[in-house]
Amino acid sequence: MANRKKMTGAQMVCESLLREGVEVMFGYPGGAILPFYQTLPQYPKLRHILVRHEQGAGHAADGYSRATGRVGVAVATSGPGATNLTTALATAQMDSSPMIAITGQVPRSAIGKDAFQETDVTGVSMPVTKHNYLVMETRDIPRIMKEAFYIARTGRPGPVLIDIPKDVQQEEAEFEYPDGVDLPGFRPVLDGHPAQIKKAAGLIDEAQRPLIIAGHGVIISRAYAELLDLAEKTGIPVITTLLGISGFPGDHPLHMGMPGMHGLAWNNLAIDEADVIVAIGMRFDDRVTGKVSTFAPRAKIVHIDIDPAEIGKNVKAHVPIVGDVKRVLTQLNQHVTARHDHPDRKEWRRRVDKMKKEHPSLRIRDAKGLLPQYVCSALSEVTHGDSIIVTGVGQHQMWAAQHYVFRDQGTFISSGGLGTMGFEIPAAMGAQVGRPDKTVWSVAGDGGFQMTLPELGTIAQEKIPVKFAILNNSFLGMVRQWQEIFYQRQYVATPLFSPDFMKLAEAYGMMGLRVKDKAGVGPAIHQAMKHDGPVIVEFVVVEEESVYPMIPPGLSVNEMIEEPEKMVAMQDSKEASS
Amino acid sequence: MTNASGTTKQTIVALVADRPGVLNRIASMFRRRNFNIESLAVGHSEQPDLSRMTFVVNTAPGSAEQVTKQLRKLIDVVKVSDITDEPMVAREMALIKVKATPTTRSEIIQFVEIFRADIVDVSPDSLVIEITGDEDKIDALVRLMRPFGLKEIMRTGRVAMPRGSASADAEDQDEELRYRANGGKPDGEK
Repeated sequence: MANRKKMTGAQMVCESLLREGVEVMFGYPGGAILPFYQTLPQYPKLRHILVRHEQGAGHAADGYSRATGRVGVAVATSGPGATNLTTALATAQMDSSPMIAITGQVPRSAIGKDAFQETDVTGVSMPVTKHNYLVMETRDIPRIMKEAFYIARTGRPGPVLIDIPKDVQQEEAEFEYPDGVDLPGFRPVLDGHPAQIKKAAGLIDEAQRPLIIAGHGVIISRAYAELLDLAEKTGIPVITTLLGISGFPGDHPLHMGMPGMHGLAWNNLAIDEADVIVAIGMRFDDRVTGKVSTFAPRAKIVHIDIDPAEIGKNVKAHVPIVGDVKRVLTQLNQHVTARHDHPDRKEWRRRVDKMKKEHPSLRIRDAKGLLPQYVCSALSEVTHGDSIIVTGVGQHQMWAAQHYVFRDQGTFISSGGLGTMGFEIPAAMGAQVGRPDKTVWSVAGDGGFQMTLPELGTIAQEKIPVKFAILNNSFLGMVRQWQEIFYQRQYVATPLFSPDFMKLAEAYGMMGLRVKDKAGVGPAIHQAMKHDGPVIVEFVVVEEESVYPMIPPGLSVNEMIEEPEKMVAMQDSKEASS
Repeated sequence: MTNASGTTKQTIVALVADRPGVLNRIASMFRRRNFNIESLAVGHSEQPDLSRMTFVVNTAPGSAEQVTKQLRKLIDVVKVSDITDEPMVAREMALIKVKATPTTRSEIIQFVEIFRADIVDVSPDSLVIEITGDEDKIDALVRLMRPFGLKEIMRTGRVAMPRGSASADAEDQDEELRYRANGGKPDGEK
């Protein structure tokens, strides 16, 4: 046919990327992916950002995708290049982030011969991707690219890896991009079942102490307005899981904050008293439930999720609804009765507000040194809660989640499910590339920052204006906290040396600011915001500060430690009894 | 049925894409999710490009539904049915090589006839028996052959199919799951 053009496999990949609306990719070249790289100059619309390590490429693509809602793309060569991607793939898989990873593979004739830089990457990545492909025929590339993007972004999103042997990239075949996909085994349900919707609405209408727990699904499905509508119409308080943060306006009167291990005390107590829980796009992670058998003992649960396997996996659902959160909430909103002003609801909200007052989880105490909570709270004030906040994993993540008031949707980006330290730098970089209109703050710990620190080179090279707030407590803080509570302050392998972050900033040609006291916090944040390029702000904070409240792993709400004093008491009684 | 260790034996049939790596994908999912496969049989189906698999899985209490749900999530898996509680035909095939001397040979042959099995190979010191049936029948013959001296046993694992007009592919109990199987179209109120 006349409109079918002959192309190399590498050209086909580029053509497909363009057709899928890709503008930027993060990658690292190498022998087996070179045919693809050498084709890139023919496609000036495809921007390539050279990272310093493939893990960085993966997290950057992930950060890009979470900030924009589009599919992020990472590229790596065969063997070590591809295996370096796996942490990022696992992170994206756990947090349902749509991503495409393109990896080079040794030529077909060398596969299985333990060739130089050969790894069975489809085998390696199988458990950490939604799906993956090894392309054995050049003519299959358009179909596979089409399918891969469709799978990555449809239903419950996730990472898809495409492994392409070098000779498949070089060989020519006819290119014809398919209009659709033919995947009989992949047909996600989008609309909720009408009967289930009615059942759920009935349960919500009759509830006296209802709660909404909103998860990442709300953000992925961009169901901000629908969730707001449901909450306001029914007058039900909204709890947001870690990754659900920024799915509901942080300054809304019905906003409750985060539940779970480091959740604000009132959330856990309210969950304990609730009679109906509407769980939306969340998966009852153990960090949310604690001991499952004591979680929400009085509640009937309406569970809305696009992935049927999430329903009933950890917690039994009384009304399961499979579907896309945005669509299901639209349906649900048509059936629930407006009960915002009903006496029952008012009474329940009064009860919840009383819990909030009695459990001042967000109170920042007076301290000699600079408290990390104060920094997060100040960051929230100065940025008016309007920046994109990207965190790694650990104490800084929890403090940011607790003290930053997110006003805009999808502005909190964090590694939730996998808990990937080192996520903060490359993911912030990706988020900033995707959202040049927003200020992106990477809130980092001194530990995680050093895990992917070479990406500062990428940021400098590409002039990506990310602002870094390092909460430096000279420890691997969260591990130190566990050692404090569970191992009688035996600090093994947690005291941490850091480079001089100011000199590091200088070495990368960035602005560096160091803050040691409260008075310096606000001005430094202002100064960083005003600067047109990347900035590293190091906050030297109190070393032995812990995150509270805390429910120790595997325990239930009534074993929550709310304040350090109580923790010390618990430790003493432990010592006394042992 | 629940056994002594509190686990239940579940029989699941699935229609899957006939492509390289699919078996690996499925087996890897089972291992990763800590599901215990007792047997797994694979072969072509009536449709080109699709294979049919029969799984027998030992599931912990409460996780029976998770097994089918996680299977359904795999892109290469087209349809899944748990037929454990349905009328079904379940068979296994085995080849049993047993020691046979001139004195024991006729006794072995008698047993084989009672079990409606076949002798498929004869050598001076052994016989190969082919038997088809449910696991209990095969177990029983194996028990009887043991005293003669078992040289080698090869079993296929269970293959199963629902009886009569019931098609395995349309037998999802769960309302939500049946809804999914219909491609998202509501199938009316119950």
